[in-house]
Amino acid sequence: MATYAFVLLAVLAVASALAMVLNKNTVNSALFLVLNLMSVAGLYLLLHAQFLAIIQILVYAGAIMVLFLFVIMLLNVDEEESLFDKFRAIYLVAFLLGVVVFGQIVYSLGGVTDLLPEISADMAYVGTVEAVGEVLYTTYLMPFEMTAILLTAAVVGALMIAQYKVKTSDQEE
Amino acid sequence: MDYLYDLNTFIPATIAAAAGLVVLMQSVYKVKINTIFGVTVFSLVVALLFALRDLFGPVGTSFYDMVAYGGTAAFGTLLVITGTLFCVLISRDYLEAIDHHYGEVYAMILFATTGMVGLAVSNDLIMLFVGLETMSICLYVLAGLIKEEKTGAESALKYFLLGAFSTGFLLYGIALIYGATGSTNYADITALTDISPLFMAGSALLLVGFFFKISAVPFHMWTPDVYQGTPTTLTAYFATASKAATFVALILVMSRMMPEIEGVGWTQAISVIAIITMILGNLIALVQDNVKRMLAYSSIAHAGYLLVGLAAGTADGYTGVLYYLFAYTVMNIGAFGVIAFYERNQALDFTDVNNYAGLGYKQPVMAVLLSVFLFSLAGIPPFVGFLAKYYVFAAAVNAGHITLAVVGVLTTAASVYYYLRVMVFMYFREPHKEFDLVNPGAIFKYALIVLCVLTVYYGVEPVFPMGSLIELLTSYYTETGPAGMAGP
Repeated sequence: MATYAFVLLAVLAVASALAMVLNKNTVNSALFLVLNLMSVAGLYLLLHAQFLAIIQILVYAGAIMVLFLFVIMLLNVDEEESLFDKFRAIYLVAFLLGVVVFGQIVYSLGGVTDLLPEISADMAYVGTVEAVGEVLYTTYLMPFEMTAILLTAAVVGALMIAQYKVKTSDQEE
Repeated sequence: MDYLYDLNTFIPATIAAAAGLVVLMQSVYKVKINTIFGVTVFSLVVALLFALRDLFGPVGTSFYDMVAYGGTAAFGTLLVITGTLFCVLISRDYLEAIDHHYGEVYAMILFATTGMVGLAVSNDLIMLFVGLETMSICLYVLAGLIKEEKTGAESALKYFLLGAFSTGFLLYGIALIYGATGSTNYADITALTDISPLFMAGSALLLVGFFFKISAVPFHMWTPDVYQGTPTTLTAYFATASKAATFVALILVMSRMMPEIEGVGWTQAISVIAIITMILGNLIALVQDNVKRMLAYSSIAHAGYLLVGLAAGTADGYTGVLYYLFAYTVMNIGAFGVIAFYERNQALDFTDVNNYAGLGYKQPVMAVLLSVFLFSLAGIPPFVGFLAKYYVFAAAVNAGHITLAVVGVLTTAASVYYYLRVMVFMYFREPHKEFDLVNPGAIFKYALIVLCVLTVYYGVEPVFPMGSLIELLTSYYTETGPAGMAGP
């Protein structure tokens, strides 16, 4: 059963990734990227990594993609620009680098014959929300709290920079 | 573990964070700006008292080995809080004069302080990174406070881009170190016996990230522009508190994290960086007409002197760096403070040293204060800057780094030229046109006077309490040794 689900999700992921790259309409591309992220999240679930799957959907497919779509629609990029109208040496370098990276992946995955690895109870526990929460609130409590301050400061700071003219409280009274 | 006990070791930063949130809410509800200023100052004073208590308290690590307390970490906290307090005290009048006085500024300063303390006490690379980022994000915003002017926008953008770039180096270094050792904890990393190229690459990248933040040559490009475009009192904050926090974190990394294996200490690399930083910083400062840029290059030069102590790598060296950081915080905030006072006068452009002609007789107290701070920065006795330089160079000589000390002394001699130049203009030149200076506010004036007293006092009487403190810190490094310090 899991194997069928894997094949379905894997095909979906590759197909949506191709569709994203090949699509001429940027909004459609972005939507295909959402589909791609969703199917990868499904793959995470198959590997018992619940936390990663949820975060993938919430953060990437949710928040970040909304941001992408906003930017695309605000900037109104419908002018078609061809990237490859003439050959340049840099493309060859890029192509060769791509081949090298692809080769590395194939090489490192070469020994694996099973589609899905056997997942022991220990391994399955690591990916759960409980396990992540436990270390987050014990070992990493201090960085976690500091990150809260960091994010607050970032939001307030972004507002301070974006505001055209800040009125001081005394001026308004 | 007992969370309350751990929290007790981390009170200064907790107060700063809580005060930041309170100040933020106050400015949302349009509380009067003077109340906000009062809350900020009050919370910083309380944090300062707790930091003083921690200084002579127990030593160890808390929050599952994430942060250290006592000893060097406590001294770092004290430096950061002191620097922040004085910067806030001198900021009010200046920010009012440039019409950028709102509560969010204080909130950002307090958040940055939280990050700085987190950085200065970090005992784990993850904590180091989160603290550094909290600090940096706030500083980027403060750098762009005067966004209506080109220099302000340039300063913020430059700081942000190069800061993000350097963070990339730092984070890549941390990732490689984790890959080589399987841990981000200082104690685990220092226990390493087998040094792989991966670890060396990682620690090199980590150091490059640090060199960016402390603006050591050749990673100093952003400093003059950022210092020039930032409101002057906040420039003082950048130059002192943030530099102190980063240097204390660097001391902790060098003394607690690097394994005790020959060639891993990076002494050679730090020595070279220290030499070119001292030479280049002082050389370019010689030709600056803009006072803020002059102080920016002087701060690069001071980073070089601090690196001399770090290169020594001994207990004396680290203690010398800590003492230097204290001296530097006190005298540099003072110098920037007086310049901020002159800048409040719209009559002339008081960032240009040519317009300082005749200023010595207009507000005599201010001119004397600036002279004291500049003398101290130049390292002339009997001010604290001299003693600080002495400790650092003596440590270098004792550790066998004669070249470093010689270059340090020679460049110090050269630096006297550009510090004294300001005074020559103030006292021995006729002003181009007639103008009157505004009166300094009471808080502003007394804050500067306190800084001046500290500058003079620790220059002539280093025995108590700073002397006993130095003994404390030195004993701390020699008795327990770098490896033992990570334990509780």
